[in-house]
Amino acid sequence: MTSDSATRRPVGYGTLVAVWAALLLLTAATVFVTRLDLGGYKVAAALAIASLKGGLVIAFFMHMRYEGWLLRGLLFLALATLALFIGITFFDVLYR
Amino acid sequence: MKQAERTRPAALGGFWGDTGKTGIGAWLLSTDHKRIGLLYFWSVLGFFLGGVVLGLVLRLELMAPGRTIMGPQAYNALFTVHGVVMIFLFIIPGIPGAFGNLIMPIQIGARDVAFPRLNLLSWWLYAAGAAIILLSLVTGGGPPDTGWTFYLPFSGRTATNVSLAVFGVFIVGFSSILTGINFVTTIHRLRAEGMSWGRLPLFVWSLYATAWVQILATPILGITLVLIIAERVLGVGLFDPGRGGDPLMYQHLFWIYSHPAVYIMVLPAMGVVSEIIPVFARKPIFGYKMIAFSSLAIAAAGSLVWGHHMFTSGMSDTAVLVFSFLTFIVAIPSAIKVFNWVSTLYRGSISLDPPMLFALSFILLFSIGGLAGLILGAAATDVHVHDTYFVVGHFHYVMFGGAGFAFFAAMHYWLPKFYGRMYARRPAVIAWALMFVGFNILYFTMKVLGMRGMPRRYYDYLPEFAGLNLASTIGSWILALGLAVMLVNLFRGLWKGEPVTGANPWGGATLEWTVPTPPPTENFAEEPVVTHGPYDFRGKGTP
Amino acid sequence: MSHAPHRDYAGAKLGMWLFLFTEMLLFGGLFILYAVYLHRYPGEFAAAGHRLDLVLGTANTVILLTSSLLAAMAVTAVQRGEGRIAVLALGGAVLCAGGFLAIKYAEWSVKFSHGIYPGSPSLVAGPPGESVFFGLYYLTTGLHGLHVLIGGVLLAVVALRVKGGRIHAGDHIWLENGALYWHLVDLVWIFIFPLYYLML
Repeated sequence: MTSDSATRRPVGYGTLVAVWAALLLLTAATVFVTRLDLGGYKVAAALAIASLKGGLVIAFFMHMRYEGWLLRGLLFLALATLALFIGITFFDVLYR
Repeated sequence: MKQAERTRPAALGGFWGDTGKTGIGAWLLSTDHKRIGLLYFWSVLGFFLGGVVLGLVLRLELMAPGRTIMGPQAYNALFTVHGVVMIFLFIIPGIPGAFGNLIMPIQIGARDVAFPRLNLLSWWLYAAGAAIILLSLVTGGGPPDTGWTFYLPFSGRTATNVSLAVFGVFIVGFSSILTGINFVTTIHRLRAEGMSWGRLPLFVWSLYATAWVQILATPILGITLVLIIAERVLGVGLFDPGRGGDPLMYQHLFWIYSHPAVYIMVLPAMGVVSEIIPVFARKPIFGYKMIAFSSLAIAAAGSLVWGHHMFTSGMSDTAVLVFSFLTFIVAIPSAIKVFNWVSTLYRGSISLDPPMLFALSFILLFSIGGLAGLILGAAATDVHVHDTYFVVGHFHYVMFGGAGFAFFAAMHYWLPKFYGRMYARRPAVIAWALMFVGFNILYFTMKVLGMRGMPRRYYDYLPEFAGLNLASTIGSWILALGLAVMLVNLFRGLWKGEPVTGANPWGGATLEWTVPTPPPTENFAEEPVVTHGPYDFRGKGTP
Repeated sequence: MSHAPHRDYAGAKLGMWLFLFTEMLLFGGLFILYAVYLHRYPGEFAAAGHRLDLVLGTANTVILLTSSLLAAMAVTAVQRGEGRIAVLALGGAVLCAGGFLAIKYAEWSVKFSHGIYPGSPSLVAGPPGESVFFGLYYLTTGLHGLHVLIGGVLLAVVALRVKGGRIHAGDHIWLENGALYWHLVDLVWIFIFPLYYLML
């Protein structure tokens, strides 16, 4: 494993502020998109933008962009597990 | 013949003596994984015995049709508490908390776990949760009567003390999560030089897989328990059909944890068996990689099959099909383990010492239970045996005959190393024989009863079931006798038995057998360098 | 003990991420319920969501995103040895937490005064889908609010330790892990916001 990472290069303030600005823009986008009449796709659109925002927070604020494959893989494992829990439940709910 | 020394184990040194603290604080405030492991061991064993007593009383009531010694309300409460105690206070924490803590850090060549203070906290949370559960038995409306599954809507309406009991379970769940986090981090970060993943003892592999289930599944239990309390206290109505809710959603949430929970119970047990079989067959384990892989596969696949507890609940046919199919998939890695253990025995030099007897029993009893699991996993047959004694027989075979017997195997295998004294062999074998016979009478009859239609969780039964119920109860007495003999013999041995000479009484090849008996607090004088696999027995004859 | 206490920065961070996974799964259970009930009551969820205050919800979203920025900046500041900036940033994040909770309190108060609370007569009498929506709304935002409170306290403690010099460039795992916890709180809200406030 990597040695003590206390000396890892810090994420610059400029980068952080840029990410924050992007997040605000995406928030506005979410509000805008959900005012449109998209029917069933509204949920998908909102979740897609939310996932994008979440991805930015994880990658830059939580430093995942600078972490190794282990941590990323484990995060994927956790999220995949939740997705499977929801998805397999829908085998019941969708077909009653 | 040396005089039976009445010295306490502290006289044997190691981690027993060399701590700065004195008295009870040396145990309750210690961050040494070995002391925490023993704290867990004694607590879970105590609760196991409590659960056994409850079970024996249950069997007394069921000895004959009609009322025998108690009324129906007491009966409902009794099987609920029996389940809650056995599942949450014995089997789930048992092997990881006691033996995982005692053994795993030494097996990977580490001084302790990654987060020793969190480790102590996890035991304290266990103790606090247990205390709260015990409190719920004697306060408010009395012990819960919902079954350990706490199904809504009934658990939302019963006057018994569900909220407190469920809160206690929530706290214990937190303990389980912390253990999982600690073990994953420890195994990733603290392996000694040369201890590659491919040289990890299979017990460690099983604890690793288990820890992932503890991390990912237990939170779902957490939220489910919160939802029960929300229902009782706030009347939220999320699972109340009259309020737009779906009672099946409670069942989904509950079993999303509680099915993987059985793998938290059985995977470490399988790990224990994988340790013991090679040592007592003097032969490297057959198919190391497949057994390691199968632990991960069971954890993964086993997390997706929860709906097989709900085949008759009103789920869609599609879901029934999907869950049945997935359930059959998870049988495959389990079978791989059984096949590999038996292959290890083939042409081995087998010694039937007590750890081996219990480990071999595991294989047989777990297989019987597992085969019943296939009958339950096939939706068409499940319809006939769901909620009958067939299920009760099935899960006692795998949880008791499986995980329970593996716990006993681990006791006989490892505790002499930590107490520095050996128990007598013959009484242990006699105890095992009594337990084996009693166990099968007690639980095989249940399978037959279930097939014949006797429902579970019913206070009474039809007269035609009386004969087998009586036999089952008699089996419980034989089993209890065997348990008593086992424990008395074991503890007398650990306290006053022959001192264990040398580090390696069984001739094992894993790292815990290279440190002194009992191990010092630091485990290793200097960090070991691992140069061979965990089942390489060359040059490790029994002293 | 004869050796120096064991320090493993990467291990501590791994442990924290594992704990965050448990939080994701904890809230995940509530999201499972939301998904299922949204599928069952699409119209009623939309109607019920209409009764939530979009302005306040958006404001809370902006507040949390800003607090996340501040927490991340605090980490950078400490890594660069700029302790004062870090304390200010953390203080700002704690203020944001307070602001969030204040708005949440206001929202809930208004709802309560309109007779919308778990088990309320108007919910019991109304469309079942709305009752379910609000049940989930209160549970989810309540659990989230609890985490905002815990996270805020945690950041305040960390801020004090930065001020006192016990957290610094050479040893700041508590700050990083505290910030990670805070970001998770933000992350959960990023999903709560559209699902509850924007589904109309």
